[in-house]
Amino acid sequence: MAAHQRKQRQSSAGVNHGAPGGRGLGQASSRWGRVLRPLWAGLIATLALTVILGVVYPLAMTGLAQLIAPAGANGSLIVDQTGQVIGSRLIGQSFRDGDDQPLRQYFQSRPSFAGSGYDADASGASNLGPDSPELVALIDLRRAEIAEFNGVDPAAVPADALTASGSGLDPDISPAYAQLQIDRVAAARGLDRSVVADLVADHTSAPDLGYIGQSRVNVFELNWALDQI
Amino acid sequence: MQWLAALTALLTVAVAIALSYRPLGDYMAWVFTSRHHLGVERLIYRLCRINANQSQSWKAYLGSVLAFSAAGMLVLYLLQRLQAWLPYSLGLPPVAPDLAFNTAASFVGNTNWQSYVPEHTMGYTVQMAGLAVQSFVSAATGLAVAIALVRGFTARGTGVIGNFWVDMTRANLRILLPLSIIATIILLLGGVPQNFSGDTVIDTLAGGSQTLPGGPVASQETIKMLGTNGGGFFNANSAHPFENPSAWLNLFQTYMLLVVPFASIRTFGRMVHDHRLARSMLICMVALLLIAYASLVGFELANGGAAAADSHGALEGKEWRFGIIGSMIFTAATTGTTGGATNSMIGSFTPLSSMVAILHMVLGEVSPGGVGSGLYTLLVLVVIVIFIAGLLLGRSPVILGKRVGVREMKIAALVILVMPVLALAGMAASMAIPPIRAEIIDYSMSQANAQGMTEFIYAFVSAAINNGSAMAGFSANTPWLNIVLGIIILLGRFLVIALVLAMAGSFASQPRSVDRDGHLPVGRPTFVILLIALVVFIAVPTFFPVLTVGPLAGGL
Repeated sequence: MAAHQRKQRQSSAGVNHGAPGGRGLGQASSRWGRVLRPLWAGLIATLALTVILGVVYPLAMTGLAQLIAPAGANGSLIVDQTGQVIGSRLIGQSFRDGDDQPLRQYFQSRPSFAGSGYDADASGASNLGPDSPELVALIDLRRAEIAEFNGVDPAAVPADALTASGSGLDPDISPAYAQLQIDRVAAARGLDRSVVADLVADHTSAPDLGYIGQSRVNVFELNWALDQI
Repeated sequence: MQWLAALTALLTVAVAIALSYRPLGDYMAWVFTSRHHLGVERLIYRLCRINANQSQSWKAYLGSVLAFSAAGMLVLYLLQRLQAWLPYSLGLPPVAPDLAFNTAASFVGNTNWQSYVPEHTMGYTVQMAGLAVQSFVSAATGLAVAIALVRGFTARGTGVIGNFWVDMTRANLRILLPLSIIATIILLLGGVPQNFSGDTVIDTLAGGSQTLPGGPVASQETIKMLGTNGGGFFNANSAHPFENPSAWLNLFQTYMLLVVPFASIRTFGRMVHDHRLARSMLICMVALLLIAYASLVGFELANGGAAAADSHGALEGKEWRFGIIGSMIFTAATTGTTGGATNSMIGSFTPLSSMVAILHMVLGEVSPGGVGSGLYTLLVLVVIVIFIAGLLLGRSPVILGKRVGVREMKIAALVILVMPVLALAGMAASMAIPPIRAEIIDYSMSQANAQGMTEFIYAFVSAAINNGSAMAGFSANTPWLNIVLGIIILLGRFLVIALVLAMAGSFASQPRSVDRDGHLPVGRPTFVILLIALVVFIAVPTFFPVLTVGPLAGGL
């Protein structure tokens, strides 16, 4: 074992001394050279890889993005007739007034814990635990409010309407929650129920490729379409 | 109906992994055995003054790993501290010293624990040139170490295990970069942003105001997933619609987490010219991952906990487009790979699923584990199983022509002790010092009860195992937690790497015997069962006491 260890030590020392290019870095003091040489190599390697992976790669991908998918690359922004950006297809919005009261003429998004609600600069969730009394109280409160606001049976309010999403920016609601809001929106806008129902149907997406994920309604796009009528 | 969706989602990911398993695994084996250097690689070696054709002893290899990681930490720390003077910093101030240390340790250690809110802390330059670069190179370092261990088995008594600089550079430029470019294109087609336009302030339909963030998201998202890193561009991580816009991309992200760790098992089989052991390891990984996925789905669909029972669906903290199934398949992958990305908030899971998430992490990143780290951790466990099997059958414990002796067993035993000792000692120290305990209970925990305890346990396990996911209700941005968790991350990463390289050196200095496996049944079901049993029996008893005061107390 001892002989074997010595042999190993010799071979490792051989590697260190054998490495070329250490001329400036302490051939005289091999102990320092053994520490400094890899550190120097590490620093240079980090900087070289930073240039390739941290500058060239993201810049090249940005150029490519603007070429092959400019709309998505710029945030899937939606522009109104005057050229003003009014939102992103991917980011949910709050349809409440300044006093945090839901607006009757708009379909409502899910509850949100991003900032004061759908603050896209502060994505985040409630992180309330599964047995949190605070969360249970919130769910009961939301159920009562939604049932009263839409004039429906509290038991009919679906789970997505009662819970906040992970990002706080969820753009979608379930088709069930959209259906439940049709009468109220139609009444508030003085529209025929069938007009609004058709619009909801138009904006209900099937799961991706027919089986991945869930059927969903993009609330922002639906409300934008309502405003166009 | 939900179970059918769970099955189809699983099959989709499984088929994609199966299709890339061989080609990617064989390609990686070629990358690490080729004698040819690319032009840009030669340039890097020349700048670094490295002899790329010289194979290193394990000590020299380890020295190079540590030197490279130390340099990476220094650069990342300085980038954060100097943020105010860097371009594209969005007007953000320098990052505080304790937070900058924690973040540097966490990204260099392939953990990507995030104590910070990215939107308000890190500008584009730090994200791109600092965090994303470490997401690449820390994954490449893990892969290099795994390959060095594999070379320990193939070496014929030479004592050398390859050249770290070559392995690391090739892992970056020939494996992770091309994969990232392909994946970025797919993410771009799926609608992930990639720009430098900064914030766009808009008037919403309802007359409010909203600030839409921009940034080079897609290019960073790919390496966050492919390198099993998890450091998200946004606070909400893969729950954010800009990071993960749709259900099919969510499955693609799940695939990205799993693809390299699984394929590296093929690489191992290819490099040692023996696919029987590799196949047994693969089956072990798949079995553990499937059990985790099935139990996560089962517990979430059962609506455990008061909140899910009240809302008739465990959707708190979940995105509607993914639903419960899309959230659970991602969570199974991220806790099994030590990926650390999250697409749903683990702190709001039903109590028993959050326990499954913790258990899946403490299994020791082997189902299938992080990039490189999964392979080397499982190989260490295989060494132990070979030793036990040798004792049981009365045969000499030989793995791939190398004897498992006292030295190798000592190293293996130390490897499996690192994570529990760090996690449990960190928790114990934090709870033993009265002012620290008071701060954690009053400030860090979202509530002072079993749930808060679960968050606390999750944080320390996540750091020690280099996962990096968190129960986000836990406020970890305090000087004590930043520094202690940073140290735990570094020790959890580099102590294990040192031990793995020592084992590689030990095997490499042995001649390769003709007797390849000592007639041990490495390709048989009994071996797989023994391996799974070992993984479970090491992890579960160690953590059972702390789980009883956290998730178990909450769930029962």
